[in-house]
Amino acid sequence: MKAFDYARAADLPDAVGSDAKLIAGGTNLLDLMKLEVETPDALLDINRIGLDLIEPEGDGLRVGALVTNSDCAADARVRKDWPLLSKAILAGASPQLRNKATTGGNLCQRTRCGYFMDNQSPCNKREPGTGCAAQGGFNRIHAILGTSDACIATYPGDMAVALSALDAQVVIAGRSDSRTVRVRDFHVLPGDAPQHENVLQPGEVITGVTLPAPVEGVQIYRKVRDRASYAFALMSVAAVIRMDQGRIAHAQLAFGSLAHKPWHDPRIEELLKGETPTPALFDKAADLLLEDAKGYGANDFKIPLARRTLAAVLAEATGV
Amino acid sequence: MFGTYDRPDQRNMLDQTRQGVIGKPLDRPEGHLKVAGQATYAAEYQRPNCAEGVLVGATISQGRVTAIHRDKVMSMPGVLGVYAADAMLRRAAQGMAAEAPKQDVQIVDFPMQPVALVVAETFEQATAAAKALQIDYEETSDVPFSPKGQETEPGSEPIESGDLEATMAQMAHTIDVTYTTPGHASAAMEPHASIAEWDGDKLTLWGSFQMLRYNVKELADSLGVASRNVKIMSPYVGGGFGSKLGISHDAIAAAVAARDLGRPVRVVLTRQQVFEIIMRRSETEQRVRLGADEKGRLQALGHEAWVSNLPEESFAEPVVQATQFLYAGENRRLAVELARICRVTAGSVRAPGEAVGMQVLEAAMDELACEMQIDPVKLRKRNIPSTVPGDDTPYASRKLAEALDEGAKAFGWDKRAKKPCQRREGEWWIGMGMASAARVNMIMPAQARVTMRADGSVLVQSDQTDIGTGSYAILGQIAAEMLGQPIDRTTVELGDSSLPSGAGSGGSFGAASTGSAVFRACEAIRAVLAGRLKCRPDDLQLQDGKAWAEGIEPRDVTDLLDGDIAKIGRIKPGKTSNSHQQATYGAFFVEVAVNAFTGETRLRRMTGAFGIGRVLNEKTARSQCLGGMVWGIGSALTEELAFDERDGHLVNHDLAEYHVPVHRDIPPMEVIFVEERDPVASPIQAKGVGELGICGAAGAISNAIYNACGVRLRSFPMTPDKVLAELPDPFAK
Ligand SMILES: Cc1cc2nc3c(=O)[nH]c(=O)nc-3n(C[C@H](O)[C@H](O)[C@H](O)COP(=O)(O)OP(=O)(O)OC[C@H]3O[C@@H](n4cnc5c(N)ncnc54)[C@H](O)[C@@H]3O)c2cc1C
Ligand code: SF4
Repeated sequence: MKAFDYARAADLPDAVGSDAKLIAGGTNLLDLMKLEVETPDALLDINRIGLDLIEPEGDGLRVGALVTNSDCAADARVRKDWPLLSKAILAGASPQLRNKATTGGNLCQRTRCGYFMDNQSPCNKREPGTGCAAQGGFNRIHAILGTSDACIATYPGDMAVALSALDAQVVIAGRSDSRTVRVRDFHVLPGDAPQHENVLQPGEVITGVTLPAPVEGVQIYRKVRDRASYAFALMSVAAVIRMDQGRIAHAQLAFGSLAHKPWHDPRIEELLKGETPTPALFDKAADLLLEDAKGYGANDFKIPLARRTLAAVLAEATGV
Repeated sequence: MFGTYDRPDQRNMLDQTRQGVIGKPLDRPEGHLKVAGQATYAAEYQRPNCAEGVLVGATISQGRVTAIHRDKVMSMPGVLGVYAADAMLRRAAQGMAAEAPKQDVQIVDFPMQPVALVVAETFEQATAAAKALQIDYEETSDVPFSPKGQETEPGSEPIESGDLEATMAQMAHTIDVTYTTPGHASAAMEPHASIAEWDGDKLTLWGSFQMLRYNVKELADSLGVASRNVKIMSPYVGGGFGSKLGISHDAIAAAVAARDLGRPVRVVLTRQQVFEIIMRRSETEQRVRLGADEKGRLQALGHEAWVSNLPEESFAEPVVQATQFLYAGENRRLAVELARICRVTAGSVRAPGEAVGMQVLEAAMDELACEMQIDPVKLRKRNIPSTVPGDDTPYASRKLAEALDEGAKAFGWDKRAKKPCQRREGEWWIGMGMASAARVNMIMPAQARVTMRADGSVLVQSDQTDIGTGSYAILGQIAAEMLGQPIDRTTVELGDSSLPSGAGSGGSFGAASTGSAVFRACEAIRAVLAGRLKCRPDDLQLQDGKAWAEGIEPRDVTDLLDGDIAKIGRIKPGKTSNSHQQATYGAFFVEVAVNAFTGETRLRRMTGAFGIGRVLNEKTARSQCLGGMVWGIGSALTEELAFDERDGHLVNHDLAEYHVPVHRDIPPMEVIFVEERDPVASPIQAKGVGELGICGAAGAISNAIYNACGVRLRSFPMTPDKVLAELPDPFAK
């Protein structure tokens, strides 16, 4: 690990506008620093700036950026009205990690691409312009949607996939003002600048996430993984589905580990709305989802996997 | 008086003794220290003025170092030295090498191979300097990165008898299938670590090793010093699984730097280095041919394997080791072919040979049973030979049939559906599978000293290691049993190379070998006590500190002691090692659920029945079996070293990405021990148990997957991506 300066922020104004790298739970950042994938000169510890409460906001809920993943998943209101979020968080990492991991840090966690993390291979995300070793290499966990020639990494997390399905907002404090961004727009596709993973600008701090008013319906978080726990998703589906008299009245869906961001495609929700659920309909939904899907060899299986997992979730939600 | 084991010891003494501690499920005496964080592991010793060393890995895959730009880092804060001495290791030593492995770090054999050691006052300073160290290379590309399509050489002498091809052509039922297994890592919890400290020309090394008697010689030979000047301390070892059989780069690097600096030096491998530079289990491709007559009797048996290693390594994963003696089939060809490739050294990973050989053989046996439509248990029982096919060696005790029967009964095997896709619960296909277990058994030379002190208390000493297996527990139990003392009057000291040489922890032979040495030392003490009691040693009775014999009233054993009685017990493999085919046997039964949509496989329950000779401690033996079965689950479903075929480097080099099973992957597990004493194996009638639990387990799981959903994969691990490609339509009724 490269030597660094360390300071603790006393409050939010202290943190906003800082040039230092923010550290919250440290569960992702410290690992990457040990590998020297991240080599910040200075760390600013934001664990004592507050923002660690879950509070009502309108008909929804505001989850502070420093609320731990464990606390958020265990919150009675979250479990009752936004169980999808709780399920997604609990599907990730391990209890020890969730005790440290924070809402803001989780949104900003970086990809698990092995070439990004090994600090030796060409990687446009780590070192722009060097190339992408994952293409032509071991890319079983990589993206099939929204990839670019520059990068095929995924956003690997679970929590943000649920937040995307729920259409939550990220609240961001900047040097001059605060702004709100939909989770669906928070992460970005790699394009030709894969070093950028989200819309945060230098000096900005995530202060929290707001959940909109609860929506009725079955909430399912389905994570497919190599082992039963403590593994990142091969792909995941977050779904809120409401049925009315045998037809799908309302659907909100997002997909994890298929792209550089939690994948949301409003056309799928539109397609399902008002329809009688059948395997054929689920297939059509998958056709839309996978219209532009592209495999890179070892991850080709994600295409049929996404199709089948979407079908499983829709079948479970609709009772087919 | 004591020495080679030439004739089976039929006295069965541990069943005659009276203390009643042998076999009992006693806790490990050091267990509390370990869970309380009070057992000191290699890296944790506090030596005054200890400097910290960090190994620098090559950034090329193969070639030569042409220059190391030391000067720039020497001026960095705290840096004490940059070493690239001739003595430093390129490769870790293979098990029982007892000599230096490949040295000279100017040559680069494989990616990330250490080429230098940077030493500084603090770990952070050393790490920063290691990162900053500039090294020039000359890259070569002589050795291929993947075994695919490469020339091979015989890895061992093929075993051939009869005419395999001709017999196959005549058989009523034949199977000719090719399976693949990937590379595996030992992935022990404790990383390899060494602290070296010189006192004049004497070296003390605190390290993490499995076999000290060999490790001392490897260290001495590498450093060019006499073995008597090398002392290793390894009282606690946080898992080895083969990766610590031989010394590794950290030990020599620490010793070289410590000698130069005149102060202790610590070198601890990073988790990534443990994966990248120590030892892998070779990937394998295995062709199995089975030919059976109408009755299901094997007449033809082919098992050919293709494995790999670095150039010049002699180790070739002995894939067909158990195939040789497990089943009938006179017409046979068993062979291992070895390709030379540029990947980290291949060597012993827990149960070398059988771990991957048995899982494939047992999967192929299931294919034969399905083809013949006979019960897989029946097929196996029908093919238990009376002598080893091809060479007529008789078997030592062999409880395969009993394990198959007892396991099947306990598991409820009769409820298995005869055909795939018969049982669906919601999204999940449910199925059952089974496999035999087999693993060669052996003893190795071992010595131990047992001292009965004047107060009757007992001290057992050996350089035997305890790598988490229970050596401390069982060696104490043997001594307590033989000398009639309560277990809490018995102390065991291990893992110090200055003590008499035990067998070490490897090949499942530690317990039976060093246990037999302890047994024999105790016999010698009993002989002294008998003389003092004036009875024949065989008539001597000892229990709870009392001694008596027929016609001689019980008296305190302390009355017979006027000081310490210290005896060294010895055992060496003798005629019994060749006169009989020695092995441990067992059977696995599993129930799995396979997700009809996603291809995820989860175990629902697992039973293992094993014949391991005398059970020395029911708890530690059971733990060994459970651990083995967990390895089997990993091998079946998740574990796979992913090498980049373009440059040979390991992509998944940590525990987040190399998937060993986690708690949630492990279903309710049952272990059954079949009653057995094997006097051919050892004078304590015990055999090994450390590896048997893996040997075949993954085959049982693959067979259960087939029984559940009809998917017959011939590629381990059976991850969702592979399973789902073959799954039937999830909505089909
Ligand atoms: C072995 C392992 C397994 C895991 N498995 C999973 C899994 O299955 N699913 C899953 O979803 N996750 C998984 N994780 C990832 C884990 O969820 C993240 O590491 C965690 O959520 C990060 O939160 P943190 O608070 O520790 O972030 P940190 O490590 O402290 O920070 C991460 C990044 O976020 C930035 N940051 C933090 N807070 C703010 C803020 N308020 N404003 C702006 N920027 C901020 C930091 O500067 C840094 O760049 C796993 C992690 C590990 C180590
Ligand atoms: S996929 Fe992205 S993160 Fe991975 S190597 Fe390519 S550029 Fe780097």
